Amino acid sequence: MLDTQKGRIVGVNGNILTVEFPDNVTQNEVAYAIAGDVKLKCEVIRVRNNRADMQVFESTNGLKEGDEVEFTGELLSVELGPGLLTQVYDGLQNPLNELAEQGGFFLKRGVYLAALDYEKAWDFTAVAKAGDTLLAGDTIGTVPEGIFQHRIMLPFAFQGEWKLTFVAESGSYTLKDVIAKAVDANGVEKEIFMVQHWPVKIPIAAYAEKLLPQETMITQQRIIDTFFPVATGGTFCTPGPFGAGKTVLQHALSQFAEADVVIIAACGERAGEVVEILREFPELEDPRTGRTLIDRSIIICNTSSMPVAAREASVYTAVTLAEYYRQMGLNVLMLADSTSRWAQALREMSGRLEEIPGEEAFPAYLESLIAAFYERAGLVKLRDGSIGSVTIGGSVSPAGGNFEEPVTQATLKVVGAFLGLSRERSDARRFPAINPLESWSKYTSVVDAEKLARARNILRRGNEVNQMMKVIGEDGTDIADYIIYLKSEFLDYVYLQQNTFDKVDGATGCDRQRYAFDKVVNVLDSEFAFEDKEAARSWFQSLRQKFIDWNYEAVGSEDYKNLEAALDEQVRKQVK
Amino acid sequence: MLKVYHKIIRIAGSVITVEADNVAYNELAEVSGERGTSLAQVIRIDSGKVYLQVFAGSRGINTGDQVRFLGREMRVSASEDLLGRIFNGRGVPRDNRPAIESDLIEIGGPSVNPAKRIIPRNMIRTGIPMIDVFNTLVESQKLPIFSIAGEPYNQLLARIALQAEVDVIILGGMGLKYDDYLYFRNTLDEAGALSRTVMFIHTASDPTVECMLVPDMSLAVAEQYAIAGKRVLVLLTDMTNFADSLKEIAITMEQVPANRGYPGDLYSQLASRYEKAVDFDGAGSITVLAVTTMPGDDVTHPVPDNTGYITEGQFYLRNGRIEPFGSLSRLKQQVNSRTREDHRAIMDAMIRLYSEYRSTLEKQSMGFQMSAWDKKLLKYGKRFENEMMDLSVNIPLEEALDLGWKILADCFDPADTGIKSDLVNKFWVKA
Repeated sequence: MLDTQKGRIVGVNGNILTVEFPDNVTQNEVAYAIAGDVKLKCEVIRVRNNRADMQVFESTNGLKEGDEVEFTGELLSVELGPGLLTQVYDGLQNPLNELAEQGGFFLKRGVYLAALDYEKAWDFTAVAKAGDTLLAGDTIGTVPEGIFQHRIMLPFAFQGEWKLTFVAESGSYTLKDVIAKAVDANGVEKEIFMVQHWPVKIPIAAYAEKLLPQETMITQQRIIDTFFPVATGGTFCTPGPFGAGKTVLQHALSQFAEADVVIIAACGERAGEVVEILREFPELEDPRTGRTLIDRSIIICNTSSMPVAAREASVYTAVTLAEYYRQMGLNVLMLADSTSRWAQALREMSGRLEEIPGEEAFPAYLESLIAAFYERAGLVKLRDGSIGSVTIGGSVSPAGGNFEEPVTQATLKVVGAFLGLSRERSDARRFPAINPLESWSKYTSVVDAEKLARARNILRRGNEVNQMMKVIGEDGTDIADYIIYLKSEFLDYVYLQQNTFDKVDGATGCDRQRYAFDKVVNVLDSEFAFEDKEAARSWFQSLRQKFIDWNYEAVGSEDYKNLEAALDEQVRKQVK
Repeated sequence: MLKVYHKIIRIAGSVITVEADNVAYNELAEVSGERGTSLAQVIRIDSGKVYLQVFAGSRGINTGDQVRFLGREMRVSASEDLLGRIFNGRGVPRDNRPAIESDLIEIGGPSVNPAKRIIPRNMIRTGIPMIDVFNTLVESQKLPIFSIAGEPYNQLLARIALQAEVDVIILGGMGLKYDDYLYFRNTLDEAGALSRTVMFIHTASDPTVECMLVPDMSLAVAEQYAIAGKRVLVLLTDMTNFADSLKEIAITMEQVPANRGYPGDLYSQLASRYEKAVDFDGAGSITVLAVTTMPGDDVTHPVPDNTGYITEGQFYLRNGRIEPFGSLSRLKQQVNSRTREDHRAIMDAMIRLYSEYRSTLEKQSMGFQMSAWDKKLLKYGKRFENEMMDLSVNIPLEEALDLGWKILADCFDPADTGIKSDLVNKFWVKA
């Protein structure tokens, strides 16, 4: 490692410093600008001759030309170890609850706290023993964290083969205790702790191989699992204009998706929304484990008024934590709300660096950064044979709700599923407002592919009829076409729409989806005899009401059975 | 020892450049010459050159004028004495009374720790049915009024200010017409609310840079009051002027523009102001109502668009009425389950029927025949517009809900409304 050295500020422009340094610096190296009695964290983002441009993760007010900057020689890193779950961090992994205890109402600048509790004792069980040869990422021992066995691994930064010379006996240790020692081929010995550091912008790749994501991740949202599924280890994005329900959808996913660990990156969005998560997750029960939701969650919270450079770091912090838990053979869901704010942070920095702007002034490297970010998702086979995954879902907030803008377009190129939210549907209160005609997914649905194709066809044709009716009026429409339109509306109301806030309807399991979908398809496939359009409309309306009521009933309850019988009866009577 | 510099090497727009050392970013300076003295603020430092935005604008500045750095940032007094006072954008009294120099605080302070916020839970009553019933305003909410020039948005703001149950009102005027300023002052005065009001007023004829300071001044003062346990309502009008000032400075500084000339950090700039709205865990609150005029009535214009992504909903003011469609209070669910049991039902039913009325109007204009149902809707729509939507209606929430039941009963049968039967049995007004 380089010795720490000192530079001097020669320019300040917003949150960008220009610093003259004497010797060598590393790209993305962390440094501290000294403003009176506070040290402000910053990162090298460009070097020209003996001047480095650095983004400051705090307000730069009060910095002067000639002020000292201390370089650390380290890249921007996170602390990885037991105790991450249940934590609420800012974009640089400062624990917000501890900051509040120390600093009160406001986020004072220049205050950095340890991300993990170094005093807390963990119950360590050794797995490896002295004399074993390990690679980075191999398990040395485990500690229980919540419902998981948290693996203590040979640090990812250790290159090549390492031979353990010492492993602590099973027992109670803190993060300060040495739990193992190892030597490499050159005979260099290093101490190993239960905590390790890893630079956020470099993917953790201590696994055997990356696999093709094939299994559907059940989110319990019907329109997603059935029509636009997401695979475990896959990627998806949810673009939409403001007010279309992106955040509500993300909250639903964070609660109901079948993942072991959920990491939420609230990146440049409203603080109020994060507060809801912060206050509600400790109360809400996780139906899979019976514990609270916060027990399997980490929240990275860098809201819109917090420093913009830390916003840029926050998505990387989140995905690095996700990769860390993947190394333990867990399925991790990482949700980023919103990636547009991250892209805007890049744009702000790029503008201050006076780089040549690309489309809408976003930097030319935006696409490759977005691609690299989503590529950190994936299903992996670890060296011990177990499987872990990181699934990434990013919401996108396109300017003016127009999907033709650079962030949405760059994202669409690299994700496996596109869940486009539309203002039209949200205005019509059709939630979740995912547009069924525009969205797509490359992953496998939970229902039969042929039935799904027929349902899609009805949706498409129903839309065509609807467009036509707007021109020629209802009277001029053929009754056969009209029935197709009614069928598509029926599918929309009883299956695509779902009330997130209802205890039963809000989460539809895989089996129930298949069962209900068969029922819907049966209606779509059947031919009905109606006297006139009015009769058809009222028949479908009454069926729709029964079906929606049925959706609200828990499987197996008395009302569930009665409503189902009534439904079947109504359909049977009307079929030609 | 404060150094004085005499060599201004560049003057462009409201920005001047001097060669100086030991100057801090964001520090204030005094620029004085034959034509008067103005404050200026450091906005960039680059290898010995210091860029300052001059509050009074650069007109009349001589390259030999004195630039004296003050060694401090922009400050404002947050003392109790501010109540009832009127200031301009840089905190100088506009009301011919003495300046206040006590309890000075720096403006544009750090963000609130999300862990110290609580979920909002109190409704703010305004007496306007379109707000109270349909899009309830909630304490600590940040909400813009999207409107176009010519609409009575300032009248609406003044009315909400007068009727809202809050401890302190802070009015930040940006690019305000002088008439509008007088209107606010007189209206608040007549209603006896001036004594709980602080005003920071930048009028259209004042220098641009002062416009940019108004939100920070207003919100810094609001924050101090809120920490002292007060419930503060901040009114900002018009935020589009604020954004335009940002644009002006950014272009002068030769920054790369993002959308329609606005700087790339417009979102962050607006967010850092709006996000000051807060309900503190264990202290008071700040609620922000802001006017955003939409150039060309275009909601996809960068200012309303970015605003919509930041705020917790929006009110559309169009044709002198708050539009029921598009208007949204994202926080209403936090409070409207606890007002009266029929609140949500009335809210949903009346809006759904009004939207059916709108489609009936379309059908009517296309010459389709009106059914009995259409006629019911036409009757209902008229009454809804006149008795609920009209801004002159001024009744408490409970009365508005009763009125809603009455209108429904006059126009429809209970089954037409889709309201749950237990509520119908309890509230339906029998003829």
